[in-house]
Amino acid sequence: MANERTETATKTPKAGRARTEAPVAPPAPAERRGETLSGIPLKPVYTAADRPADLEARLGEPGQFPYTRALFPEGYRTKLWTMRQFAGFGSAEDTNQRFHYLLGEGMTGLSTAFDMPTLMGYDADHPMSLGEVGREGVAISTLEDMEILFRGIPLDKVTTSMTINAPAIVLLAMYVAIGEKQGLKPSQLGGTIQADMLKEFIAQKEWICPPRPHVKICVDMIEWCAKHMPKWNSISISGYHIREAGATAAQELAFTLADGIGYVEECVKRGMDVDAFAPRLSFFWDVHNDFFEEIAKFRAARRLWATVMRDRFGAKNPRSWMLRTHAQTAGVSLTAQQPLNNVARVALQAMAAVLGGTQSLHTNSMDETLALPSEEAATVALRTQQILAHESGVANVVDPLAGSYFVESLTDTMESEALAIIRRIDEMGGIITAVERGYPQKEIADSAYRFQQQVEQGERFIVGVNRFAAEESEVTIPVLKIDMEIERRQIERVKAVRAKRDAAKHAAAVKALRDACMSDQNLVPFVLDAVKANATLGEISDVFREAYGVYREPAVF
Amino acid sequence: MARKIRVLVAKAGLDGHDRGAKVVASAMRDAGFEVIYTGLHQTPEMIAQAAVQEDVDVVALSILSGAHMTLFPRVLDLMRERGLNDVLLTGGGIISKEDMGALQKLGVGTLFGPGATTGAIIDYVRGWVAEHRAGEVGTAK
Repeated sequence: MANERTETATKTPKAGRARTEAPVAPPAPAERRGETLSGIPLKPVYTAADRPADLEARLGEPGQFPYTRALFPEGYRTKLWTMRQFAGFGSAEDTNQRFHYLLGEGMTGLSTAFDMPTLMGYDADHPMSLGEVGREGVAISTLEDMEILFRGIPLDKVTTSMTINAPAIVLLAMYVAIGEKQGLKPSQLGGTIQADMLKEFIAQKEWICPPRPHVKICVDMIEWCAKHMPKWNSISISGYHIREAGATAAQELAFTLADGIGYVEECVKRGMDVDAFAPRLSFFWDVHNDFFEEIAKFRAARRLWATVMRDRFGAKNPRSWMLRTHAQTAGVSLTAQQPLNNVARVALQAMAAVLGGTQSLHTNSMDETLALPSEEAATVALRTQQILAHESGVANVVDPLAGSYFVESLTDTMESEALAIIRRIDEMGGIITAVERGYPQKEIADSAYRFQQQVEQGERFIVGVNRFAAEESEVTIPVLKIDMEIERRQIERVKAVRAKRDAAKHAAAVKALRDACMSDQNLVPFVLDAVKANATLGEISDVFREAYGVYREPAVF
Repeated sequence: MARKIRVLVAKAGLDGHDRGAKVVASAMRDAGFEVIYTGLHQTPEMIAQAAVQEDVDVVALSILSGAHMTLFPRVLDLMRERGLNDVLLTGGGIISKEDMGALQKLGVGTLFGPGATTGAIIDYVRGWVAEHRAGEVGTAK
């Protein structure tokens, strides 16, 4: 690959070994084995007495309300989950090449990672983009970049997921525009755009404007997609980033569903019929280390959402009740020390996601605490899913853990803990107000700090880091390097697009968008016109900055 | 009584990963340091300026976006331009050993990667301060 050089990354930084080498320390506190990773107390044995009396009603048959067991009657027997590996680095050409490689290796859906400037709504040549172009994902500033990214990929034959939030409306418009160039209507395009701004303010921290205008734009996309893109998930309501920022499993569940409730409320307020858009709402969970806790989380999530949609919002279409989800193994659980161990972690987490009934899965690569994945590491991650699907047998029977004394009890606990948090948010006046007050942000930071303290006090073992750390291991794995040259080339390309476009057409489209921002019109058609007139991602984001103001988070820890 | 160690915990550039920065800031506060946290999305100029205004002993920069080879040298240059020649610039993130070595050659202090303990970070800062601020700054526990 053009910009992929391998170099040797040695593991075990000094800091990681400090604990294990400490001379005669005071007696260490016991490992916390009487609770889950999230701190839910555990009995040593579960019996029939731990199952609720109304278990059958709480479960439902697979494919029936409340979908605790599964969304579909035969689970994976009818259709395996989509193996969707998140990829993106360097230039559009580099990522396009990686897409073709992964599709060739049996990947069944595309998933695009964008770089930081793109995620924050800056073109490659903006001063804030300095040093960040193409580093954490692919750099997309213009429609031309987007065309190169999907070159040679028929968009009606794949589904594409785009992990983009603050400027999501721009990327959605670009995708629709390149679809048109391939002769496709928006209704023929299948995929998902993340476009979940509430979790940005809660956890991932990539934004352009304050929360309320961002949520308004999310609702514009949900509304437009409901009318024009029946195969497109207009939002991916994400717990992943919330968990990665430090939330417990129950907090992840609660804050994410509260976000979902917030979007549905905003759509309903606009006068939309809940059954017109709810079937295209999708979710995204983290899959962490605690095997049974994760399975319980997936099952509790489906039951909670089905109940909320039917009973709170009065949805009548069963598809509105179904929580369809993507899942990704927990990046935060990976260790830089002894990186090969990460393959085992990822396999266990992936199995929990499958037993939990995910519709789509990304497995992390072993090297992700060191750099973006190398091709070899990304391949092992994909193979892990293929082994689960085709060798392990875990996908052959729907919801095989149903009825387990322990799993059912844990599913109930997860549900009741999440409900308590959701109730607190309702009392505050809803999730948008809670976010403006910093409530979820503070809860998550507290959980993260508590966990770190437990690790440092030896109450949590992390293999290869604070336990079983190798003395002077020289195990090395090759890591991906991003060429500094990409930034310069990308800057040139943006400048060239600006120089050669039809200036009058561009100015008119940008002005129309600016005017629309001052009204309560749906912005999607205006952004679509703007990208077709080669307005850049940064220029369109600037229109939002002028219209709605910029957001700065209060600096609290 | 000697004054407390003053640390500016900073997030530079577009990177929104603030879990580590907040955990380190909380641990330093609990260790008795005065901690000022910049919040997200700061430019190198804003960070250097805050270091001057807050009169800190240490700047601890967190970068997980891969932009460390651009942002660490830039912050260091701006600190020097403002006369902060005896203020430690340390930090952490997803930074390869090779890059850590290159940054240290430029004058950046020890950098901490994934798996580092807050205890090790605090010990390092205390050690540096003991050496560079002898008698002036306390090592309150």
